[in-house]
Amino acid sequence: MNAHAPLPDAAGCGVEIRQEYGQRAVFCGLTGIVWLHRKIQDAFFLVVGSRTCAHLIQSAAGVMIFAEPRFATAIIDERDLAGIADMNDELDRVVGRLIERRPDIKLLFLVGSCPSEVIKLDLSRAALRLSKSLAPDVRVLNYSGSGIETTFTQGEDACLASLVPDLPAEPAEAAASLLVVGALADVVEDQFARIFAEMGLDDVRFLPARRANEMPAVGRNTRYLLAQPFLTDTARALEERGARRIAAPFPLGAEGTTRWLQAAADAFGVDPQHFEAATAPGRKRAGQALAHYRERLAGKRIFFFPDSQLEVPLARFLSREMGTELVEVGTPYLHRAHLADELELLPRGTVVNEGQSLDDQMDRCRAAKPDLTICGLGLANPLEAEGLSTKWSIELLFTPIQGYDQAGDLAELFCRPLVRRTRLEV
Amino acid sequence: MQLTVWTYEGPPHIGAMRIATAMKGLHYVLHAPQGDTYADLLFTMIERRDARPPVTYTTFQAQDLGRDTAEIFKNAVAKAYERFQPQAMIVGASCTAELIQDDPGGLAKALALPIPVIPLELPAYQKKENWGASETFYRLVRALANQPVERAPRENRRPICNILGPTALGFRHRDDIVEIRKLLGALGIDVNVVAPMGATPADLGTLSAADFNVVMYPEIAKAAAQYLEKTHKQPFVDIVPIGVKATERFVEAVAKLAGVDPAPVLAGAPSRLPWYSRSVDSTYLTGKRVFIFGDATHALSAARIAATELGFKVVGLGTYSREFAREIRAEAAEHGIEALISDDYLDVEAAIQAAQPELVLGTQMERHIAKRLGVPCAVISAPIHVQDFPARHSPQMGFEGANVLFDTWVHPLMMGLEEHLLGMFREDPEFHDGVAPSHLGGKPRESADAVEQATAAPPLAPSPAPPIPASITIDGPAPWAADAEKELRKIPFFVRGKARANTERFARERELAIITVETLYDAKAHFGR
Repeated sequence: MNAHAPLPDAAGCGVEIRQEYGQRAVFCGLTGIVWLHRKIQDAFFLVVGSRTCAHLIQSAAGVMIFAEPRFATAIIDERDLAGIADMNDELDRVVGRLIERRPDIKLLFLVGSCPSEVIKLDLSRAALRLSKSLAPDVRVLNYSGSGIETTFTQGEDACLASLVPDLPAEPAEAAASLLVVGALADVVEDQFARIFAEMGLDDVRFLPARRANEMPAVGRNTRYLLAQPFLTDTARALEERGARRIAAPFPLGAEGTTRWLQAAADAFGVDPQHFEAATAPGRKRAGQALAHYRERLAGKRIFFFPDSQLEVPLARFLSREMGTELVEVGTPYLHRAHLADELELLPRGTVVNEGQSLDDQMDRCRAAKPDLTICGLGLANPLEAEGLSTKWSIELLFTPIQGYDQAGDLAELFCRPLVRRTRLEV
Repeated sequence: MQLTVWTYEGPPHIGAMRIATAMKGLHYVLHAPQGDTYADLLFTMIERRDARPPVTYTTFQAQDLGRDTAEIFKNAVAKAYERFQPQAMIVGASCTAELIQDDPGGLAKALALPIPVIPLELPAYQKKENWGASETFYRLVRALANQPVERAPRENRRPICNILGPTALGFRHRDDIVEIRKLLGALGIDVNVVAPMGATPADLGTLSAADFNVVMYPEIAKAAAQYLEKTHKQPFVDIVPIGVKATERFVEAVAKLAGVDPAPVLAGAPSRLPWYSRSVDSTYLTGKRVFIFGDATHALSAARIAATELGFKVVGLGTYSREFAREIRAEAAEHGIEALISDDYLDVEAAIQAAQPELVLGTQMERHIAKRLGVPCAVISAPIHVQDFPARHSPQMGFEGANVLFDTWVHPLMMGLEEHLLGMFREDPEFHDGVAPSHLGGKPRESADAVEQATAAPPLAPSPAPPIPASITIDGPAPWAADAEKELRKIPFFVRGKARANTERFARERELAIITVETLYDAKAHFGR
């Protein structure tokens, strides 16, 4: 069994964790809908919020790329706020119109927003009520993606956590099974399923499943492996169902993928030779793919603005596998337990900055003049115009980057801005 | 509550940001949670601006709600002043902060900063982006341009005007200004201030030095122009110079206010559009069915140009700008149609399906609808995407703007001869109505039949039922004979749905038991094209 890593304190693992408060430049949790609504093929996300919420999602979604998306906003207006219209009746009416229009929907998420939270609109009761009236065709769940409570990828966490109480119960006598948690690209999921099968682990399930009625069962014999570093509430909800976490770094880069798979192999007592045989081809291909980019990235100085909570694993990958130097690793939140293995792997003296004070951080970035800055969409062009190379981080969530066969693609994402700069003569 | 798939306008504070970002030396402190910072990317990604908008967000969190969000706001204002040293500030709340009622105006005032601090009341649950832009600009002008500036007597000097309306994130505002300046320069008129784009708060203080104002976009600048007219006796021109005829009217109106002769500017052939439209190659444009939707300024202009400068037939006209519903309704009546006043994307989609257009002139949203239906489309109005901020000069206004419109609207269409050949040889395997125009790649279109299917299928959104004369019994349409159905396929796809509907109506009115090839042609003769 894999020993649980001790909680690292700042001195223990040689990483300097700073906390900063002030203006933040990050998306709210509603943004997760942009990829979740493609991941679960028969789910629909209805934000209950303001025009700002609707505008945010369509702007963040690569700006209106889907002509018929599986998300929408029920925009609260002054009649609702003044009590002229009963908000629950209004919500029922909107959901009715929606279901009529999209009979293919099997799972409907009511997604709370800043305004719905501030006025304390009880969406959990609304979800119960609507679930009853729409049963058995449609299940209705709710979670909050509000910006006063969630940052960017925490929206996925809240969404998956809302699924957990509804997951089928695994019988007590069931054999141990592995649950991989966190939305992954379908191609990555399929690759992992193949590797686990090679290792002899046939009963591997994924949360979220691609369809609403295929969500995995969970119980006391479920061991779960997080595929994403931002799933605090989901993990807690799974623990409440009796599932136990397999501590591991995250499957980014060849090393991260090997350690992640290794943790599962150890938990299920996979024979080392068997593990070796199952992972050798992938490791070899990843090694080859990464070699193309190492020369380009080695020695480059990297600055992370806080965005997706993927920053720490990405920083680990870039420093250990690509030889980059980490100037500052900003992250909106740091889950110290889930990231314990990652933090241990960071070079001594790495500065991890939790939270944000935007203008101060921009000052630090300008002063440091990093070779590559990883930041949100709003900051990329302004920093480019000041002469810094940037990689906008939302692409890291819209691209398959996990696993052996994507390790090269991940490195390439960081190389491309640097290569581009060398090509352009204008 | 309104079910919204896509929204045409952002909330009103986005309008305020468009004003602040267009100006220099102005800073906006917005009481808002962290998610609202997405708005930066509208400017830095979509418009490719090279600097962050001059906006500080308080980004309060749930844990702050029980404590003192007002204190967070005051700190943000104080720090923003210290860091950015603006000439003036605007302060306000986004939708969430509006609910917690912290009174940003009062809090900012309490700081007693040595610059003008202008509070904005932008009710987020009632109003939208364009209103927010208009209100913000009006408040700024009122606060900063309330003192008269001595105007020199008109004799022995060139006339002077202000240009009002262009903002950040505006549809071709950047290029329209160039054309307006060109026209004014040719008339011998000097420009005092262009605002908000490029103006400082100090510049706004000198607005009253001009003899008159030019309002480029009434949605944004008319309220401010009305204030200036009342306060400083500055008349204004709000003819929107989009299209040849509108540009001529604009030049004449401006010349009249300035007391100059418009003839030299109008002489010759300042735009190529009239000759391009008259040249015989354009004959095939005659009566093309066009559906127009956008903001009021652009939709109105487009309807007039489509009908009178390109010879199209306007089969649909609408706007999401409710403030200008009256003007749009009046224009629609000129074309014998009912205007669509709605900001509901689903209504617009249904209206386009029902109108069976051959060309859609709309926003980014209508581009999606048109793509799905397989109908050509050109974008004429915000909301827009990154590709609608082209690198090249691409104005909508003035004589050059008219040239751009001709190219932009005609380009997506099938060329004249190609369309004829399609009509003649309907069974050619490579060259049929399932392919896009050959100059646009000619790849098979996934949804060549979408228009027809869309009409045949029950409408996705509630849409007004087609008008059926009361005297007719409403039975299902008569069945189609197989050969009639086959013959229908020979009609170009973009009018096939219309042909089907007309034939069925014809059969119903005559109580025919079955639709034959004969019925199809009888109906064609009866209704004409």
